[in-house]
Amino acid sequence: MENIKHRHSLAALTMTEYVSTTPGLFPLPDWAKDDLSDLKGHQKGDLVSGDEGEEITAAYDEAREEVIGVQQEAGLDRVSEGQLRWDDMLAHPLAVHDAVDTQGIVRYYDNNNFYRDPVVQGDLDFSGDVAQELEATAELAGDDDLQAVLPGPYSLADLATDEHYGDDEEFLAAVGEFLAGEVDAFPDHETLFLLEPSLVENAPEDGVDERASEAIDTVASATDADVVVQPYWGALEEKVYAHLLDADIDAVGFDFVANQDDNVYNLQEYGATDQLSLGLADGQNTLVEDPEAIRDRVDWVYDKVPVSEFETVYLTTNTETFYLPYAKFEEKLAVLAEAADLAEVKAA
Amino acid sequence: MSNENKDQFRPENHENDHFLLTTVVGSYPKPKWLNRAKELYQDPDHSFDDDDYQEALDDASRLITNEHERAGLDVVVDGEMRRNEMVEFFAHRIEGYEFNGPVKVWGHNYFDKPSVVSEVKYTDSWLVDEYEFVAEASDRPVKVPITGPYTLANWSFNEAYDDDDELTLALADLVNEEIEKLVDAGARYIQIDEPALATTPDDHAIVGEALEHIVADIPEEVRIGLHVCYGDYSRIYPEILEFPVDEFDLELANGDYDQLDVFKDPEFTADLALGVTDVHVGEVESVEQIEENIKKGLEVVPPEQLVVSPDCGVKLLPREVAYGKMANMVEAARNVEAALDAGEIDVERGEPAPADD
Repeated sequence: MENIKHRHSLAALTMTEYVSTTPGLFPLPDWAKDDLSDLKGHQKGDLVSGDEGEEITAAYDEAREEVIGVQQEAGLDRVSEGQLRWDDMLAHPLAVHDAVDTQGIVRYYDNNNFYRDPVVQGDLDFSGDVAQELEATAELAGDDDLQAVLPGPYSLADLATDEHYGDDEEFLAAVGEFLAGEVDAFPDHETLFLLEPSLVENAPEDGVDERASEAIDTVASATDADVVVQPYWGALEEKVYAHLLDADIDAVGFDFVANQDDNVYNLQEYGATDQLSLGLADGQNTLVEDPEAIRDRVDWVYDKVPVSEFETVYLTTNTETFYLPYAKFEEKLAVLAEAADLAEVKAA
Repeated sequence: MSNENKDQFRPENHENDHFLLTTVVGSYPKPKWLNRAKELYQDPDHSFDDDDYQEALDDASRLITNEHERAGLDVVVDGEMRRNEMVEFFAHRIEGYEFNGPVKVWGHNYFDKPSVVSEVKYTDSWLVDEYEFVAEASDRPVKVPITGPYTLANWSFNEAYDDDDELTLALADLVNEEIEKLVDAGARYIQIDEPALATTPDDHAIVGEALEHIVADIPEEVRIGLHVCYGDYSRIYPEILEFPVDEFDLELANGDYDQLDVFKDPEFTADLALGVTDVHVGEVESVEQIEENIKKGLEVVPPEQLVVSPDCGVKLLPREVAYGKMANMVEAARNVEAALDAGEIDVERGEPAPADD
């Protein structure tokens, strides 16, 4: 009897922490859309190069400060830079790299969005572009916990064209090493989100799935922060998920907006990491969820999975949020923050 | 072999026995002064009012319609002078839509992607005024391009319907209602634009179902075209042949006809409106080049089923380049017709040569 009591109190001590956050890549505030399109232009050659001039840099600085303020005001538990400069979305870290030539405009997954095809023509050595953004963010974030965001190595390699390494396996490994080098230069951060939609959208074949996990492991090993790997636009194929669990990461993300059954299946069949990231708010729809509905969806996931004690559960939108009009994006952040608070209260 | 539906657009004084109908997809560069007029109209401190702006739109519509006539096109459009964007324009006219601000397409190119927040409803006509004005301004047949329900649904946020298919079919009924009104007003050539099909080719079934709604009770003689562009056609062919349309308007010049073989097997049973000039190249192709492109179409369909048009809307080109492409396209079509009359064209049609077996 004593024993049971003791275990109960232990359980109370290891209560789940609910962390409201986002996968980053925010929409620009509307004034910044106008100002930056005037400053930069509308054509392929006008997109960010990594060495923007003073005026453009100043506009991005101001916009960054604004979106950090929006996150703080909403009460999110992690503050992201917002990746406002990422004209080429997840392809950004390569698009601004010196060894990469940006070519034709290509479709960004199955969306009505486009990015410049980054063609890798030389060694992917250290860039430092993203680290610079994070330094600026760290200064503005104050005491708030900083979250870094990067494309996962598999997605980044998938979005790019290789003309240098000449071998898919070697290229994927090189992209992993490159990202690890970038992470190494980051200022202190609490969490690192690695976005991996290609793991769903262009699922790796046998053998490649293992190497994708190895590349993810390489990136994750470069930081002491908690690493969340967030695939989206559906569920991972089960083998891909199984391999992903072998990587040294803290959480896998689940896009419960796009697919419930297959995600639940993976959790039931293969278990999960100690932490979990739940994509429960729709990053691609203006319909703003009720915080209570988000909390109910957390309960729904708990009902379905065998494990119900996670160290940390991240509550996020399923995808990046740049698809949304700015005002709706702001509303979604507030909902996530409130949902995390509700979940804490309920769990206690 | 004759093709009644297509031949209703044959000009009385057509110079050749063969007839390769020449037309455009729809959009055309706006005259610079029209953009200036819009700025004045939107400037609250300026006296340029609604009447002034309507007059400017009328002038532009007449001007571009006449420019299409001057280029020699058999079927004309007014270059969509009154339309801003292919989804926004319609969403503003359909009850159930609301706008929440611009979203990114790429770089700093944005559009006011609308949200469907309640049941979509038809109120006032969308295009009848535009059609009647152009028909009045021209002696030639007029084509009416209209954004299809799949694209209207897919390029909106859906807050109100259980899924996008349901929204697509609801919008299809509204498009049907509009086409009925256009037909009552005299329109005989309607083109449904479905560029979104190229982004999600697996959805051809719902597009087909939507088209059944669209053409319900529309008289047989009304020509219905479907425009699809910039995608992998092998993923929608031959399934699209089941669609209840007379004509498929396809972008093929951009890829230098690398997808042409897709349409050779099985046999292309509808009319083919072949893209013969690339709208993303700033140089005007020569008449000879366009003649060669037109002959590519003859590898897929006989002359009776061939229509000639640019790959897509030409609105992003400089206006003189757009005009040059139209004029050269018409000249090339007439040359190919004459060569066909003279029996000088020998193009083998049908299945691509098998590889090894």
